[in-house]
Amino acid sequence: MGELRLMKGNEAIAEAAVRAGCDGYFGYPITPQSEVLEYLMSVKPYETTGMVVLQAESEVSAINMCYGGAGCGKMVMTSSSSPGISLKMEGISYMAGAELPLLILNVVRGGPGLGTIQPSQCDYFQATKGGGHGDYRLYVLAPASVQEMADFAKLGFEMAYKYRTPVMILSDGIIGQMMEKVDLFDPIPRRTNEEIIKTCPWATTGKTANRERNIITSLDLDSAKQEKHVFDLDAKYKRMQAEDTRFERIMCDDAEYLLVAYGSSARICQKTVDVARAEGIKLGLLRPITLFPFPTDEISKLAGQVKGMLSVEMSLGQMVEDVRLAVNGKIPVEHYGRTGGMIHTPAEVLAALKSIIIGG
Amino acid sequence: MEMKDIIKPENLVFKKTSLFTEKPLSYCPGCGHGTVHRLILETIEEMGLQAETIGVAPVGCSVLAYEFMDIDMQQAAHGRAPALATAIKRLHPEKFVFTYQGDGDLAAIGTAETIHACNRGENIIIFFVNNGIYGMTGGQMAPTTLPGMKTSTSPFGRDTEIMGNPLKITELVAHLPGTYYVTRNAVHTPAAARKAKKAIQKAFEYQKLNKGLCFLEFVSNCNSGWKLPPVKSNEWMVENMFPYYPLGDIKVPSL
Repeated sequence: MGELRLMKGNEAIAEAAVRAGCDGYFGYPITPQSEVLEYLMSVKPYETTGMVVLQAESEVSAINMCYGGAGCGKMVMTSSSSPGISLKMEGISYMAGAELPLLILNVVRGGPGLGTIQPSQCDYFQATKGGGHGDYRLYVLAPASVQEMADFAKLGFEMAYKYRTPVMILSDGIIGQMMEKVDLFDPIPRRTNEEIIKTCPWATTGKTANRERNIITSLDLDSAKQEKHVFDLDAKYKRMQAEDTRFERIMCDDAEYLLVAYGSSARICQKTVDVARAEGIKLGLLRPITLFPFPTDEISKLAGQVKGMLSVEMSLGQMVEDVRLAVNGKIPVEHYGRTGGMIHTPAEVLAALKSIIIGG
Repeated sequence: MEMKDIIKPENLVFKKTSLFTEKPLSYCPGCGHGTVHRLILETIEEMGLQAETIGVAPVGCSVLAYEFMDIDMQQAAHGRAPALATAIKRLHPEKFVFTYQGDGDLAAIGTAETIHACNRGENIIIFFVNNGIYGMTGGQMAPTTLPGMKTSTSPFGRDTEIMGNPLKITELVAHLPGTYYVTRNAVHTPAAARKAKKAIQKAFEYQKLNKGLCFLEFVSNCNSGWKLPPVKSNEWMVENMFPYYPLGDIKVPSL
């Protein structure tokens, strides 16, 4: 066990980033995630680990600072909430194209537009299907607790470097703002410049006589080469699917019906499972932890076991499309959820299950 | 005397800067970009900074600058080079960091990044090549297009009543406390190029002092976009661009 603290999700991920050996954080204030930047400025990691923390003039600038830092092989992070993430999408696409490691936190709020500052899961499509332009994917982690906010900072950096790709932590206003007990892992020292040169031979660390110059770019005017590059990216995404798909099964072994939910909604659905079980309904919960790669195989297997699935999301129903693709018509799959900053209750979820799936 | 008797080190009067790659420049013949590239690379070579320098290329005619410069470089999204350079320098304070940008990149889409990097006093150099037009996309109106100047998106000349005024961003950033050295040069004559090189040398020297941002504008030509032969385009530049964008130091360090 590391150090136990009572923290907000936003504070936990900020502290975890410092402990993970992050070299630079570049952000811009937006509700409900401003505590990330505030926490970092208050603990002054530039005086302890040497981590750079900078408030940029915009989300656009912050993501491009991340591009510059990541291009040097440095471990960088940014965070924002929905409207700010939309602004970062240009930079995220460039970083996916240039194959740069990055940790992005999205503390989702209700949209579209300026929307609301209340929690939502309405950015699933943006996180998992693109958002920015081009054939690319992000590795997307969905924390369901303050503990996971901390743990996924470390895991996210690991994945970002394993695959040389931007990683998104798709959280929401509930996880970001609520306080829970968190067991913080022991600090990992930041890598030295020598270690970076060794482990990131592609990085712009200064062209020395013993190597060719390093170029960080997402541009290739030769279409044949660009196609090959996109094929190479795709091979990487397939490797993610094979090696790093993550999910949690809750009461699935004997389940006759299944809820599929991630993040805060999964926390709510855990209670629904308890209440349903008390009523004699054999209900299980499959919680995707990675939204890309999606646990398609696991859901496909469960489609051979249960009678129906309900995708429960704080949106109009976005992940439900991936659940349906995995189930491929074998059993009914429906969506239930509140949106626009409203949060469904366990009782509402159970009522929906009964009317749409069990009685449907 | 045969050729081999002439080609000897002691007879060498001019050579390609070793920091130019073997890739032929993609710039139009007569364009000032190649000369500005050369002056920067000569300076880096002479100061022995190849391993210490990280450059950032923009979007625009010099989008492929990294193909010609034998140093580590990053290619930025349109207008964002100063943001990249900010992080590179802060994470590698021991390196020399510069951006190379055109007028559309720096003074239109990237205005916020430019102003704020200058205002924060980032210890970087911004090389700004101003030819008053979007060259790469085929000659559209730029933020620095002169009043009355014809471009593909101001085909009857820039009407400032409708299209607004040219932005003198170099004068603007000189007012900011974060800029240390702000100067405007040109490279259309050997004398101008020599002067420009001195400014580049100073900028690299100043970066060692950590006193703030060095902003070096080069007023340049775009013979393709201006639809003039190279010599005529330089004459047009002297007659029209220089009165609006006068050459010389705008802010010099009080040493």
